[in-house]
Amino acid sequence: MKFAVLQFPASNCDQDCIHAVRSLGHSSRLLWHKETSLGDADAVIIPGGFSYGDYLRTGAIARFSPVMQAVQKFADNGGLVLGVCNGFQILCEAGMLPGALVRNRDLQFHCEQVFLKTNHLDTPFTNKIPRDKILKIPIAHGEGCYFADEATLEKLKANRQILWQYCDVGGNLTEASNPNGSVLNIAGVCNERRNVAGLMPHPDRASEGLLGSDDGKWIFESVIAALEESRTKKAA
Amino acid sequence: MKAKIIVTPKKAVVDPQGKTVQNALEHMGYRGIKAVHVGKYLEVELDGGDKEALRKSLDEACHKFLSNPVIEDYKLELE
Repeated sequence: MKFAVLQFPASNCDQDCIHAVRSLGHSSRLLWHKETSLGDADAVIIPGGFSYGDYLRTGAIARFSPVMQAVQKFADNGGLVLGVCNGFQILCEAGMLPGALVRNRDLQFHCEQVFLKTNHLDTPFTNKIPRDKILKIPIAHGEGCYFADEATLEKLKANRQILWQYCDVGGNLTEASNPNGSVLNIAGVCNERRNVAGLMPHPDRASEGLLGSDDGKWIFESVIAALEESRTKKAA
Repeated sequence: MKAKIIVTPKKAVVDPQGKTVQNALEHMGYRGIKAVHVGKYLEVELDGGDKEALRKSLDEACHKFLSNPVIEDYKLELE
């Protein structure tokens, strides 16, 4: 499968995403923010970083870049898009995912391992995650506090869009395991159509044992499995 | 002509920066402070032209880009 990894001025996890995909035996290439086409990409990853210096708001300027217009069209046609950290912020700013990410409740930058509970395994981003598996994946952000109003949260619950929540090692959603003050411990969500997802933790930084955890690879493997399944269906 | 835009966090959004500033003011001995909200101030210099048309287009820019309606409110003034 072919992955396009977007690159903005001040993206800094683009190479991590490229490496994570390649280490699973698939191809990935960087796509500069001024590009207007995604070429023959099967899926898009919007990596972490501080695109455009986080000026105005995180992700606010990146969402208007030429490449994001192409990503919007790609997603409208059902293409799979995964946003990690700053990528999640960009997707929220673009209105491709509900809610917004604001300053961490303690105003501090958090760079640490967290535990995640996956709520729904029937999405292109979660289908390979073993049932009841608590993922250990690091975060590194200052603005990762997820916010959405009550009405949006109700919709997210009803549509089963809350994919990942911060929890303790035993899978309990506690206040202490919420690193940034996110509502309902939300770490990642998907859109209603389930082809766009974003999360603050970095699966790319937990994609092989050498990094302290390889739990992040389940997410990339899920996307690959979903792409392979849709290719088989098309061929049939 | 100049546009002055004030962006503030919505009431429902937790504003830890405002709370921290409020605590600091109280520690310094300032009394009677109910709440502090930290936002942004933008000044946009304009060539001039029809004021109402400018207001309309800037209002759109505030809604689309200069503020995020999910978490922020804004106030736009033209002078």
